[in-house]
Amino acid sequence: MDRKYELTRNNKMIPLVMIAIGVIAIVMGFMTDKTRTWAVLLQNNFYFTAMALAGTFFVAFNYAAQAGWAVGIKRVPEAMGGFLKYGMVAMILIFLLGKGDLYHWTHHDLYDKASPEYDAIMAGKAGFLNIPFFLIRLVLYGAIWVGFTHMLRKHSLQEDIDGDIVHYKRNVGLSATFLVLFAVTSSTSAWDLLMSIDAHWFSTMFGWYTFAGLFVSGLAMMCLIILYLRKRGYMNHISENHLHDVGKFMFAFSVFWTYLWFSQFMLIWYANLPEEVVYYQTRWRLFRTLWVANLLTNFCAPFLVLMTRDAKRKTTILWVAGIIILCGHWLDVYVMVMPGVVGADWHIGFIEIGVAVGYLGAFILSTLSELSKAAIVPKNHPMLQESLHHHI
Amino acid sequence: MAKRIYGIFDDEEVLMHAIPSLKKDGVVCKDVQSPFPIHGIEPLLNIPRTRISIASFLYGISGTSFALWMTWYMMVHDWPINIGGKPNFMFYMNLPAFIPVTFELTVFCAAHGMALTFLLRSKLLPGVTAPVPHPRITDDKFVLHVDVKDESKVNDVVALIKKSGASDVLLNSMQFS
Repeated sequence: MDRKYELTRNNKMIPLVMIAIGVIAIVMGFMTDKTRTWAVLLQNNFYFTAMALAGTFFVAFNYAAQAGWAVGIKRVPEAMGGFLKYGMVAMILIFLLGKGDLYHWTHHDLYDKASPEYDAIMAGKAGFLNIPFFLIRLVLYGAIWVGFTHMLRKHSLQEDIDGDIVHYKRNVGLSATFLVLFAVTSSTSAWDLLMSIDAHWFSTMFGWYTFAGLFVSGLAMMCLIILYLRKRGYMNHISENHLHDVGKFMFAFSVFWTYLWFSQFMLIWYANLPEEVVYYQTRWRLFRTLWVANLLTNFCAPFLVLMTRDAKRKTTILWVAGIIILCGHWLDVYVMVMPGVVGADWHIGFIEIGVAVGYLGAFILSTLSELSKAAIVPKNHPMLQESLHHHI
Repeated sequence: MAKRIYGIFDDEEVLMHAIPSLKKDGVVCKDVQSPFPIHGIEPLLNIPRTRISIASFLYGISGTSFALWMTWYMMVHDWPINIGGKPNFMFYMNLPAFIPVTFELTVFCAAHGMALTFLLRSKLLPGVTAPVPHPRITDDKFVLHVDVKDESKVNDVVALIKKSGASDVLLNSMQFS
């Protein structure tokens, strides 16, 4: 029961090679097409940071709901949260260095009345969308997310050592606070990082829509890591009943994502207001294949694959569904970022795939090294027995 | 025809342990009625998994098909109306507007179909008297239904049930007495 994940040299090699591929892709990208590379970096950085955030969110809502079944797997989302600190630092760097290419609203002449580029709409938004305030918000998100991840993890590890119930109680309080802050920051960070790419456009559904995507991709990643650990013999206490619950989460939130995707799309399509519909016009004209593929991979595939009870209890099907969802939501973020930055010049080639592989490698390496720092089964958690005997 | 007798238990733990030992002695345990769901009792009674999810899927598919047909018939085929300048001469062009209807009818058909199927299969329709062998099964008693094939052996079976922890054994349902 005290087993820790062992990060051997062999296990490190694969993620390190993946990171190397990512670095080569970034270097190649900057030599050939700077704007596209910034966009790809922003897309992947957002995707994997959001996935890490989903890990912390998973830990937090299980504490706040005082749910017992997930105790046996909770080290995995905890470890996923470890990537947040790197992701947030990279996010600030990407903004500082790539803002000219990524965010049209950072151009100074938009706000200069004498300039021919003067943009009355952007000038009206300058109170919120200006570089200092944007940076303050980014740092604030980082501080909140990384801070709460760290505190939740600290109490969880301390509980292993001294078994004091006070750590559990403290984590319930911390989680409740985090959830309130997360509700606000997950929305506003989606406006800042993704919606402000198309700065003229706005959608009140956007924050929720992004949240649904980040949560379901985080669940898929968590599911795959659990399946990997189980295959390697580290998670023999996790039965198909736990996997069933994880599968239910993936199924339910794929449907939830679709609900929000459609709610955002249908109202804009129906009302047909020029300033709103321009967002979908670009996607329909230039990204039609990806835009349709997005819906197929993120709704139809998980909906049909994970529908039956037996499917959610079989590891092979969960592997397939998890990989489909991960690819699908990578595509989803791609379609959110690219039209506003590169427009018609988009192209999925070595840069896109390479950077994604690099980020995946970094994410895996960070998660596995966090996992190797603590026992896979949280020892003194008050609901551990409930989780070990979970049966549905 | 087999004779149905009823073992009355005061505690679900006793009942859970009684069933395997009774089965070992060759007693046919058919069903259990209890005030609350008892976790893990279905495999003991060899109750197969419910097929209501398959039924629900089929009801849902029917709802989807019906809604798509209905919106096509009303809005495209029979009486096309131009709402907000939306193209209405091709079904697929107007499909997003029909999705809410389709969703609602899918849920409606799946939910109502499931509920009605459950009631029919459980013989719980309005006007039908529910089989209640003991008035306290909705309170604190657990009733085990046992079928005895050979009527001459009823007394042996009663003794076996009592030995396994039952507080009482009813030879007839108390429903109308």
